[in-house]
Amino acid sequence: MSAILPPTERLWYKHPIDRVEGTWIAIALTWCLIMFFMMIGWHIWGKQNLSTETYRTTPEQFTTKAQAVVDKWTVRTETDQNIPVVAPPPGSDVYLVARLWSFWPILELEKDKTYRLHLTSLDYNHGFSLQPVNINIQIVPGFEHVVTVTPNQSGTYSIVCNEYCGIGHHQMVGRLYVK
Amino acid sequence: MSIATTYRTCPRSGLQFESQAEWLIKANAFVAVVWLLIGGLLAIGVVLTRWPAVHWLEAQTFYMALTAHGLDMLIFWIIFFEIAVLYFCASTLLRCRIATPRIAWLAFALMIIGSVVNNIAVFRGASSVMMTSYVPMMAEPNFYLGLILFAVGALIACFVFFGTLVVAKNEKTYEGSVPLVTFGAITAAIIAVFTLVSGAIILIPTWLKSLGVIDQVDPLAYRTIWWALGHSSQQINVAAHISVWYLVAAIAFGAKPMSERVSRTAFLLYILFLQLASAHHLLADPGLSTGWKVLNTSYFMYFAVLASMLHGLTIPGAMEVAQRQKGYTKGLFEWLRKAPWGNPTFSGVFIAIIGFGFLGGISGVMMGTEQLNMIIHNTIYVPGHFHATVVIGTTLTFMALTYYLIPVLFRREMIAPQLAKWQPYLFGFSMYFFTLVMMGAGTLGVSRRHWDMAFQGNALAYEWPGAAYLMMGLVGISGLAAIAGGAIYIYVTVGSLLWGRRLERGETSPKFTPVPRAAPTLVAQTYGSAGFAAPGTFVLAMVFLVAFVLYYFINWKYLSTVWGLS
Ligand code: HEM
Ligand SMILES: [Cu+2]
Ligand SMILES: [Cu+2]
Repeated sequence: MSAILPPTERLWYKHPIDRVEGTWIAIALTWCLIMFFMMIGWHIWGKQNLSTETYRTTPEQFTTKAQAVVDKWTVRTETDQNIPVVAPPPGSDVYLVARLWSFWPILELEKDKTYRLHLTSLDYNHGFSLQPVNINIQIVPGFEHVVTVTPNQSGTYSIVCNEYCGIGHHQMVGRLYVK
Repeated sequence: MSIATTYRTCPRSGLQFESQAEWLIKANAFVAVVWLLIGGLLAIGVVLTRWPAVHWLEAQTFYMALTAHGLDMLIFWIIFFEIAVLYFCASTLLRCRIATPRIAWLAFALMIIGSVVNNIAVFRGASSVMMTSYVPMMAEPNFYLGLILFAVGALIACFVFFGTLVVAKNEKTYEGSVPLVTFGAITAAIIAVFTLVSGAIILIPTWLKSLGVIDQVDPLAYRTIWWALGHSSQQINVAAHISVWYLVAAIAFGAKPMSERVSRTAFLLYILFLQLASAHHLLADPGLSTGWKVLNTSYFMYFAVLASMLHGLTIPGAMEVAQRQKGYTKGLFEWLRKAPWGNPTFSGVFIAIIGFGFLGGISGVMMGTEQLNMIIHNTIYVPGHFHATVVIGTTLTFMALTYYLIPVLFRREMIAPQLAKWQPYLFGFSMYFFTLVMMGAGTLGVSRRHWDMAFQGNALAYEWPGAAYLMMGLVGISGLAAIAGGAIYIYVTVGSLLWGRRLERGETSPKFTPVPRAAPTLVAQTYGSAGFAAPGTFVLAMVFLVAFVLYYFINWKYLSTVWGLS
């Protein structure tokens, strides 16, 4: 019963290591290092890395910028709430506002083109969960997060809020088109 | 210095219980089980609402029940039980009186008051903010106050634990180094201090904000520091339940650690690196640099994962070595086939080890990888993962330990031993299935903490694939089976306390008998002297590794097909 008794020799850090353990330590350590360098390697060679470009912002600042883009590039409106569908040119800055409990506006992007997507929340934390691709990004109030996105398939996408944001949380869903 | 107290020697186990410590352990363990019961009742509501075909509770009630379920289970059930484990590892294993019993009772009182105050706030309905309570979403002031009181109580209990170690050393109740299990408990307590202090640092300003004393808590700073509480406290659980695994291996098999050096170094790695884990929850957040994320999420190059992989080998390995010495040497696995599968203390722990490693461990490393996190963040994959760690790992381990403690500590014969025998299988395997289907649904993108996956009445509703609905239905069914397993546990433990036959106390004496040292054994006197001592375990470990590697790279493969992001 010696895991519950003091070890036979006091200096436990001098105990010899069993061969099974020694082998496993070597294997496990190698695997851990592979996983560690995989993350770094993906930053160099991979195409899916979350941007860290972030600015402090306020609801007023952000809505002003978002409104300007909406005014300029709205192509139509949808649903009975007349949510603008905005189709900014490739390469440009596009804005998505998360607030209780909707995403605004609806974006229309082009396949294989790159955009700078600005995300913020005007109130609580929200979640940007792009479905059915399943890309998930946290939206934190007070921070403007600029993510460079390149849609690689056309279709109709949904943006589901997947950070609990109060009683309307399950009603918070937006849309995004890729042509 | 001698203090008037008595030591009871349990005739069934030989363990010596100091009378104050005995009551403290019983009280903390009992209150823990009460919280498990409450959390379990809430789980019924939560799970029956997330089962799309049933969709039982109203949205408001669901979010309230989910907030309470998270807190009552993750914080109150687990931490009360852990305090009992800490006292056991210090006082009982070292045969030492508890330091400052009065203060230990004060800690207990604070923890009870705190948890009750917090729950009252939740059930009043205006604090459905989930256990994470991200600012600026605010709960009632008492929500935070309750948690702060609880944390202070738990912190005091940790210091009573440390004090007891000092007393044991001074009064020479043992010689040499502390036993491995106590060493593991020390790790848990050190991490607990770090964790609870982080909790205080962030919850106190939030409480003041809820009172209107200050008007701003930075949302990102809140998330960072809150998760130093939220994730690191999971490392208390890991250190605590791994200590219990060593304990049970010793009790059930007389197993000796293969090498004290490896096991203890692995515990030390936890202390060194687990604090970094806050990053896990911030990988999809703005405003944090890539270097910070990579270094922290991997606990500095995965050294804590390494530690867990070591424990995962050495515990079954120690069992194997002990069984082989008893003559179960045929083939690779006779030692395992001939293990005491009918003893719930053993079967519970073994099911916990396998589930924790294969389900909780692999999924945890996957989702803690900086880029891979984007494909699961805040989906129901996350609760799938942590039900594998904290329910299959920690909760099932604590259940298994309770079966051992009923005769030894509570001095009752267990009622319904047949039910108890089956309980770990029912609870464990239904939880295996539950976590798998939850992770399946999460892989399809289904959100966590979400009342209505159909988005009824919403013009922009997203239609989840049929498979997602199927998975969520299976979550419902397997969740109910797990709840039934939990109910049996509560029936057997509480029933035994109420109606079980009393067992004799054993001898009581005013003095402790010092703990002897372990007798030297054959294993590993020098490197390789024992040959390849645990080949069966090594094969299991290789199976684990293959599963791990495959799953890890499958996820990278999927990630490479999604939209370009930079
Ligand atoms: C006995 C069977 C149990 C069942 C059926 C169950 C079921 C669930 C379900 C369905 C969720 C909600 C997922 C969501 O919508 O986000 C959940 C959340 C959770 N459960 Fe359990 N659970 C059980 C036991 C436990 C135990 C024993 C613990 C802790 C030791 C635990 C800790 C949690 C936590 C921390 C959450 C997250 C709450 C949040 O998102 O804030 N559960 N559980
Ligand atoms: Cu939201
Ligand atoms: Cu939400």
